[in-house]
Amino acid sequence: MAAWLLVAEVATLLVLLGVCYRPLGDHMARTFTSDRDLAVERFVYRFLGVDPRAEQSWRNYLRSVLVFSVVGVLLLYVLQRTQALLPYSLGLPPVPAGLSFNTAISFVTNTDWQSYSPETTMGYTVQLAALAVQNFASAAVGLAVAVALVRGLAARRASTIGNFWVDLVRGVLRILLPLSVVAAVVLLAGGVIQNFSGFQTVHTLTGGTAVIPGGPVASQEAIKELGTNGGGFFNANSAHPFENPSGWTNLFEVFLLLLIPFSLPRTFGTMVGDRRQGAAVLAAMATLYLASLTAMALLETAGGGAATQAAGAATEGKETRFGVLSSVLFATSTTLTSTGAVDASHDSLTPLGGFVALVNMMLGELAPGGVGSGLYGLLVIAVIAVFLAGLMIGRTPSYLGKQVGGREIKLASLYILTTPVLVLTGLGLSFGIAALTRSLTGTSILNPGQHGFSEVLYAFVSAGNNNGSAFGGLTANTPWLNASLGAVMFLGRFVPIVFVLALAGGFAAQAPRPATEGTLPTHTPLFVVVVVGAVVLVSALTYFPVLALGPLAEGLHA
Amino acid sequence: MTAVLTRGTGRQAWVAIRALAALTVATVLYTLLVTAVGQLVLPAQANGSLVRADGRVIGSALIGQSFTTPKGAVLPQWFQSRPSAAGAGYDAAASSPSNLGPDDPALGKAIRDRRSALAAAFAVPAAAIPPDALTASGSGLDPAVSPAYARLQVASVARARHLPQAEVARLVEGFVQGPDLGYLGAPTVDVLALNAALAKMDPAGNG
Repeated sequence: MAAWLLVAEVATLLVLLGVCYRPLGDHMARTFTSDRDLAVERFVYRFLGVDPRAEQSWRNYLRSVLVFSVVGVLLLYVLQRTQALLPYSLGLPPVPAGLSFNTAISFVTNTDWQSYSPETTMGYTVQLAALAVQNFASAAVGLAVAVALVRGLAARRASTIGNFWVDLVRGVLRILLPLSVVAAVVLLAGGVIQNFSGFQTVHTLTGGTAVIPGGPVASQEAIKELGTNGGGFFNANSAHPFENPSGWTNLFEVFLLLLIPFSLPRTFGTMVGDRRQGAAVLAAMATLYLASLTAMALLETAGGGAATQAAGAATEGKETRFGVLSSVLFATSTTLTSTGAVDASHDSLTPLGGFVALVNMMLGELAPGGVGSGLYGLLVIAVIAVFLAGLMIGRTPSYLGKQVGGREIKLASLYILTTPVLVLTGLGLSFGIAALTRSLTGTSILNPGQHGFSEVLYAFVSAGNNNGSAFGGLTANTPWLNASLGAVMFLGRFVPIVFVLALAGGFAAQAPRPATEGTLPTHTPLFVVVVVGAVVLVSALTYFPVLALGPLAEGLHA
Repeated sequence: MTAVLTRGTGRQAWVAIRALAALTVATVLYTLLVTAVGQLVLPAQANGSLVRADGRVIGSALIGQSFTTPKGAVLPQWFQSRPSAAGAGYDAAASSPSNLGPDDPALGKAIRDRRSALAAAFAVPAAAIPPDALTASGSGLDPAVSPAYARLQVASVARARHLPQAEVARLVEGFVQGPDLGYLGAPTVDVLALNAALAKMDPAGNG
């Protein structure tokens, strides 16, 4: 296996991201700090009945986020339930209630977990007017919350943290839509389809028939990656040749899903008036990303597992045009962001390759994480890191001049505890209640032994962290998994957002204190090391027991 | 704090509904714009990179097909695609990987069975069968096989069609595609394109 190919591919990726870092990061900072509105924005504000100059307290900002999202869930639910009445439904029936509940939450929370097979479940109108709308909306909500936190850190004695509706509209109109148009055209050129033809039947060379699917795929693919959403137009997601036709489109899609999360540190640095702070955040993200990528590349090419060895390489579930290494690049990137798109079957990854995918999500998806959620996740960890370091050197901890006191540490700790509690509760109920376990082992789980446990573990970790990728052998369209994963996705998205916005409000109210000799500098390599250490400590160790029961047991068993 | 925005959750809900309506309009316009660009500027790609033979569409260059009997036995006059977990095999209405785990005994057995069946069908040693020939792809619609797998089938296809082996080997080499730009992804041979060229070169042998 030519490892230098992956090195060259990653180098290309880093150059592309590096070229965009400044202009995109600065553009996003301008977008969220400018006091000028575009003509189309003024029209939208009038339509919404919103005064764009009115600022919101953190509580009001939070209320807008929650109301917007809950209304989004309800609307998505209704559209799925009435699918049969909608145009371009391809003759598909209404989506069942449990599945509609799960899917509505899934797309509003930027998770895009799919308990269903899109080809046989969702017509074009639901895909386009319901799911794709939330691909924009959920990414814009993530951006808005992250920017609100940054504003809190940058503000002095302020009672407000911005206006959610303005952030939402600007995030969509100035960032997500323009980038998506460009990305969709590039994908089109690469062979991604864009039509409304439905399924076309053709006669093959052997005298049989074959079907060729249609659909507005390129437009959806672009925002699916850019917004770190990940919900595929087709069941096979980005492994499907119509979603991801070639080696270069694969790299382009990886680039798209990393683009905004890796550029946001620049936005952060610019907005707080100290770009070195942004660079430190970027360094922490990049360190974790490259370490994880290296680990998965080594483990996956080593080819663990009896079946893998019988075949001679880990090609089960992987496309020929990507090979093992470009599939690893995608798998790492999708699980370290909140994307959850896949270009290979994660269920068929080698035991330890699948272990890395799980750990990536357990780290809390902040290297670089989802659009917005990656930045606010990492900033929360930075607060923890400042506190830990402050304890070690015996100083009052502060971040960017803002004091990290009892309230801040409580909120940051609650943020960090939320997802593990949700994941482990869901998993515990699944295997602690006999009836649920029977439903899992009887209907849901595909693979025998520890790998079957890993399928369920992966599902809850993916839902809790709003990733959306799966060990896809799991049949998740059951009452228990639709309900429990739906609840975990919802709480895993919005409970942390409550803590983030509360932190933002608290920081905003403080007056920054000037740095003294006793202040821990937060732009140094040493601080980056502390942050990386804090990520690994607080996140990964929480999950060690369950990892030992699943992928580690399977990997060491071989 | 301005009152306009903070007058209760009910008002916020109305704003949210209007915001979603506006977003839906934006998404539809965006989709139509991309569709227009696709249909006007890049129609071949936008409509699925269709492959024609004798004027009729026989498939898409991007979507794999099976070249077996309905029961899955190798049709020796055609180059074979990889195993597929999409429906009954290469069903583009049901794209899917197998999702079988790396230690699943069922997968191990399937791989061993495929190895012996392919070794018999191509009359080659079992150890010569490359991994992609034994494993299902991520989509179940993989249009390509590795160059190694295509080359392995040359002798068998040439025998079935009574063609000189060198001629078939030359044809295959013409369809070997390196990774994009030399390093992105992995080398491939597009099976449908190869078989379409084979059918044109040797119409008598299509069976």
